[in-house]
Amino acid sequence: MTDVVIIGAGVIGCAIARELSRYRLDVIVLEKEADVAEGTSKANSGIVHAGYDATPGSLKAKFNARGSAMFPNLVKELEVPYKRNGSLVVSFSEENVPRLEELLENGKQNGIEGLEILHREQALEKCPRLSEKVVAALYAKTAAIVCPYELTLAYAENAFNNGVRFRLNSPVLGINRIENGYKLTLSSGDTLETRIIVNAAGLYADAINNMVSARTLEIIPRKGEYCLFDHAAEELAPLTIFQTPTAMGKGVLVTTTADGNLLVGPTAVDVGGRDETDTSREGLEYVLKTAALSVGTLPERQIITSFAGLRAHLETDDFEIGEAPDAEGFINVAGIESPGLSSAPAIGEWVAELLARKLSAEPNPSFDPIRRGIPKFREMDSEERTLFINKNPSYGRVVCRCETVTEAEIIDAIRRPLGATTLDGIKRRTRAGMGRCQSGFCTTRVLEILERELKIPRETVTKFGKGSELLTGRR
Amino acid sequence: MKEKEDYFMLNKELVIIGAGPAGLAAAVRAHEKGVSDILILERDDAPGGILNQCIHNGFGLHTFKEELTGPEYAGRFIDKVRELGIEIKLNTMVLDISRDKLITAVNPDDGILEIRAGAVILAMGCRERPRGALNIPGSRCAGIFTAGTAQRLVNIDGYMPGKEVVILGSGDIGLIMARRMTLEGAKVKAVVELMPYSTGLKRNIVQCLDDYGIPLLLSHTITKIGGKKRLESVTISEVDESRRPIAGTEQTIDCDTLLLSVGLLPENELSRICGVELSPVTGGAIVNESLQTSVPGVFACGNVLHVHDLVDNVSAESYLAGETAAAFLRGESSGREILIKTSGGVRYTVPAYVSPSHVTQPLEVRFRVGEVYKNSFVSVYFDGQRETHLKKRILTPGEMEQVLLRPAHFKKHSDCKEISIRVEAD
Repeated sequence: MTDVVIIGAGVIGCAIARELSRYRLDVIVLEKEADVAEGTSKANSGIVHAGYDATPGSLKAKFNARGSAMFPNLVKELEVPYKRNGSLVVSFSEENVPRLEELLENGKQNGIEGLEILHREQALEKCPRLSEKVVAALYAKTAAIVCPYELTLAYAENAFNNGVRFRLNSPVLGINRIENGYKLTLSSGDTLETRIIVNAAGLYADAINNMVSARTLEIIPRKGEYCLFDHAAEELAPLTIFQTPTAMGKGVLVTTTADGNLLVGPTAVDVGGRDETDTSREGLEYVLKTAALSVGTLPERQIITSFAGLRAHLETDDFEIGEAPDAEGFINVAGIESPGLSSAPAIGEWVAELLARKLSAEPNPSFDPIRRGIPKFREMDSEERTLFINKNPSYGRVVCRCETVTEAEIIDAIRRPLGATTLDGIKRRTRAGMGRCQSGFCTTRVLEILERELKIPRETVTKFGKGSELLTGRR
Repeated sequence: MKEKEDYFMLNKELVIIGAGPAGLAAAVRAHEKGVSDILILERDDAPGGILNQCIHNGFGLHTFKEELTGPEYAGRFIDKVRELGIEIKLNTMVLDISRDKLITAVNPDDGILEIRAGAVILAMGCRERPRGALNIPGSRCAGIFTAGTAQRLVNIDGYMPGKEVVILGSGDIGLIMARRMTLEGAKVKAVVELMPYSTGLKRNIVQCLDDYGIPLLLSHTITKIGGKKRLESVTISEVDESRRPIAGTEQTIDCDTLLLSVGLLPENELSRICGVELSPVTGGAIVNESLQTSVPGVFACGNVLHVHDLVDNVSAESYLAGETAAAFLRGESSGREILIKTSGGVRYTVPAYVSPSHVTQPLEVRFRVGEVYKNSFVSVYFDGQRETHLKKRILTPGEMEQVLLRPAHFKKHSDCKEISIRVEAD
């Protein structure tokens, strides 16, 4: 019998897995998709919120404050792109300025430091491209940007190296109670027995909960659409720029991403399906129009792609974290929408400590908190580059021209723990295909490398798992 | 393992970036004009550029007076370059060019290379506009490729990207791929074009679509991409005069593949790093009659300068760049004396500046128009006085045009301040 099964390899499941690997426990992560970070964790704003806007006393407030404080050390251990760029909440009218003061007060109650109301001139000093409409802003010094899928990957790789097992392509079909635990039935027909289940299934957390607990949950998928711009557009937003929040969320932001692109979005629309990640003309137009209120004209010719993600919203408007009241050993970590990414480190820590107590777990003496990322050719100087090429000449072969990604990095992405098996997996691990040509040039080369490294026929290589094959056959 | 104390340092008279048709032609002509110390840097593993995947014929009618395939056309230049002993470094990606022409590049054999060049010719070509540039809404499933990526998959790698195909954009690559996919057994259901006219060559519409019964839907666009994992359908809509989709005209076409042929963008990231002034219209460098950019000693030719329809024109333009780079290396300078003003439908000209003293033979000025003009005239004015008045049955944005500025014009207008090129009704 396994000690803990975590359902879902998003940022939450992987954070919990990594924190649990500090203990001598047998942990398995189940993921229905072909890779980690395939759901909400791959398509969001990538913001570590300072923590001023959650309702004081809520789980969102508590975990956001602690999570945000954990990031600086965490990203050093895990080598994840992260920057404390600070944020502004801008107000377009004097009448709205009291709303900023409320947020500031809220932030103080949540224990957030480094908050300050700036008048227009002060805000302009921090962000010269603010639109003429901005009259004042709430500045949050501790707000930051992080690459959400690299954080998830890093957590997963570190958990894996510390002994956590991962089973990808493994949807859970059913859960039965057994003595001292649960028996899970997987789509392959396999069963797994475990003492504890952690439900980190994101958009599907209600379905998993409802297999076990009579106290049902209902996740409302809330769609957010984004436009992503080329690197050259990044000077528009040296800080993350929010507008005053609404009932549906934090509104449309303009930010530079941790990888240096300009990102605008999201919309907030409740949708029926959990796979409704289509973008829409109306959504993208709304995002561009609304973002322009913050920064004036956007360089629309430099848009390189658009995408949509779904937030796992609960009607309570708060996270649902803890043991289900009628199911001992079944731990829900549900409704993790914004500020979920910001809270992930703190949620991971809290759940791991809870389970360690519950299972009287001993510390894992061989736990190593350090995860090494893929060395990035584009970030090296000439001397470092020479050193790397001397050791491995494929560091001298550039495969992705837009993002300057070399063959060595792509091979590393495939061969490392929980390595990439899909085109999107390569993209998220290396950025090959994420640049201005959007993989027009490197797709054919990456297909070739995947075929060679995985020793599979090229026509079976997928974009993101079975059913998304890229080629239909030989000529 | 190789031991290297420092990185590889070189000095070269002329460095050409790109061994496609532009770079090869420029190298050949520069060599003929007396430059022997030439290095071509190419990021692919073979010279020839995009021509290597253009296995259809129709190339070289002007240059060689015969119909060649892409690889054959490139082969003529590759043979010549080899015969002249011009060095090409393959698998070599240029990472940086400084204003004083210090080039940093990388390849697996030499590692990091630093090359000090006397002159540089930019010949990096262009890339295809991706889906994101159009912000086409819908799913991000598998099965969406640019036409050029599909062309490479089929012609070089030997794989089929799909079976039931819709093509967005009627640029030449899209048209060529409509025929190619059909010949390989795929069903091409439609070519969808936003504009009321095709941006491809007339002969390609006839030979690639009409001959195979493939419908060309003008004034239509794709308004939705459907499918979760692999593409399942696209929704197309008619567009109005301002190119907005008209509600109620939606039709859904089942398909597993969407090919995009929605425009080409000169690939000028390196030019930007080097500080070269770029045209907002073409996306390429602003050059004078010598094809010299705003950075002295840095020249540009081919599709990196402006997107051409015919490789023959690329070769002709690149011969000129090879010649003028050679002249620069001999110490001849060229400046920016007269701006060619564009108006009345002319979107841009290459060159944009002329120095009369450099016009010793007729100077070809190439341009594109912004919309379709029927039975109109292309006129050239020197200080307000019309010197050229060419009757044109049809002018379309899809076909590059040219006019000649002759030495005689400059002789007559010896103190010329302004040249202007425009489309006129009469």
